[in-house]
Amino acid sequence: MTTPLLQVKNLTIDYIGDKTDFRAVDDVSFDVAHGETFGLAGESGCGKSTIAFAISRLHKPPALIRSGQILLEGRDVLDLNPAQLRDFRWREVAMVFQSAMNSLNPVLRVEAQFYDVLRTHQGMSKAQARERTAEMLRLVDIPPDRMKDYPHQFSGGMRQRIVIAICLSLNPKIVVMDEPTTALDVVVQREILQRINELRRTFGFSVLFITHDLGLMVQFCDRIGIMLAGKLVEQNTAEKIYGDPQHDYTKKLWASFPSLHGEPVMERVPT
Amino acid sequence: MSEPHSAILALDRISKSFGRPPFQVNAAQSVSFELHAGRTLALVGESGSGKTTCARLVMREYTPSDGQLLFKGKPVSTDNAKALAAYRRSVQMIFQDPFSSLNPAHTIDYHLRRPLQLHQRDLRGKQVDAAIEELLTRVKLDPRIVAQKHPHELSGGQRQRVNIARTLAVGAEVIVADEPTSMLDVSVRLGVLNLLNEMKRDMKLALLYITHDIATARYVAEDIVVMYAGQIVEWGNVNKVIDNPQHPYTKLLLSAVPDPEMRFDDPKAQLKAADVEEVRRLSAVPQDRVIAIDQDHFIRQVASTRAA
Repeated sequence: MTTPLLQVKNLTIDYIGDKTDFRAVDDVSFDVAHGETFGLAGESGCGKSTIAFAISRLHKPPALIRSGQILLEGRDVLDLNPAQLRDFRWREVAMVFQSAMNSLNPVLRVEAQFYDVLRTHQGMSKAQARERTAEMLRLVDIPPDRMKDYPHQFSGGMRQRIVIAICLSLNPKIVVMDEPTTALDVVVQREILQRINELRRTFGFSVLFITHDLGLMVQFCDRIGIMLAGKLVEQNTAEKIYGDPQHDYTKKLWASFPSLHGEPVMERVPT
Repeated sequence: MSEPHSAILALDRISKSFGRPPFQVNAAQSVSFELHAGRTLALVGESGSGKTTCARLVMREYTPSDGQLLFKGKPVSTDNAKALAAYRRSVQMIFQDPFSSLNPAHTIDYHLRRPLQLHQRDLRGKQVDAAIEELLTRVKLDPRIVAQKHPHELSGGQRQRVNIARTLAVGAEVIVADEPTSMLDVSVRLGVLNLLNEMKRDMKLALLYITHDIATARYVAEDIVVMYAGQIVEWGNVNKVIDNPQHPYTKLLLSAVPDPEMRFDDPKAQLKAADVEEVRRLSAVPQDRVIAIDQDHFIRQVASTRAA
């Protein structure tokens, strides 16, 4: 396939203020190919989450897309009317947020939350939805008979996996993950990302992965973009970003992580 | 570990449980460790492993169900108000969330002036101003700019520095830092860790550094304690534990740390769900026997597969 799945072209987003506007995203362009994992890294406030929201047009005022295009298989997301947009969200672009495990409705059984999505988008009956739910839960290593439980009966990592299962239940073309594992500890984080990686190989969806943890990103992503103050300052393959960073900011970002093995990056105080 | 008299603060086989059987949760089971002046002890473990329970026990927010807390070699009695006040002065905490741990209605100057007035009563007038200036300079903030600001005007890293200055204003000897950098941006984390390192060295503070990020533990600590399910499973010199982990849980924890050298597609990098479950199950079994790997490196005996 020659055309990439997702193309972001010269995207510029402002937050409108009383007197001045704040430019959160400044002329950013990148592509995500079919089945590829693309990572966006940067500090808080650099605009990476704003891009994530803009892709499924979930951004709210005062955010305003000034210019640019977001093309999914050649179709401009910014031109969709509300009905098309409803159809487009979740079915084509699914999102997993940082606090996704808290986005489950606490008073509904997990089963009902799956049914909600499946009925709205695919008109499934209760029985069909139950079957699909069991299938999806199995994919994320949760026993299907637990679909009758409420969210508080699951651990944080399990809840995050349930949200991922709901996201994948409509076979989206691309999953946008905004810091999906930041609130979890390392072992659970590894288990979840490994599972997503396997599912990606099986079903062939693309992933736009957003985090500030560069080490994790290099492990997980094929290509990485580094953002600084709204601009995409470097874009390269994961190996290059790790082995041969070009931009000064990328180098600085690497230097700010103490590494587990080998010498600490900054001068260590003699004890 | 070493002889108990040199330690500022020691936990001696402390246990803490919540609830009653059959719903009892043993958040800390026979936990012992020591804090020494000028040294950092890192307490590492996943969520729910009992790290924060330990911090609260040290802060005397919880009373232990069993075991005792020794401060400078003596148990802390609850009936001696003066001793208790001295204890509370000496042991100070830095919280995870810099955005909610300062009073939004007061200036930074006030945040530091109050502890100085309360705990260092011999300071008068100008001396207090001088002390505030010195504290802020010490944590690398400019007193002329920062002192009159309110917390909302500062960044997360700056607020965490104010928190550190506040513990020093009280005259702390022991600082308990519960994930002090996990809510900060990556680029300012090292700055705060370096500052803690400096404080420890210059002011001979004992630091209990609680984290789930084992890489930063190596950066600030000399000793490390790995906790799982309320038990300390492995402890000792930080380099020895990280370079030569012996307990299966420590190995699991270390293997899950993001390592840019190893891609997820690499079969060696794969964690098997069944193995992870097995390690968790075995590590959660209470064990009394301790095995010494080295002079300063110990593990708790692992339950045998059949017995568990």
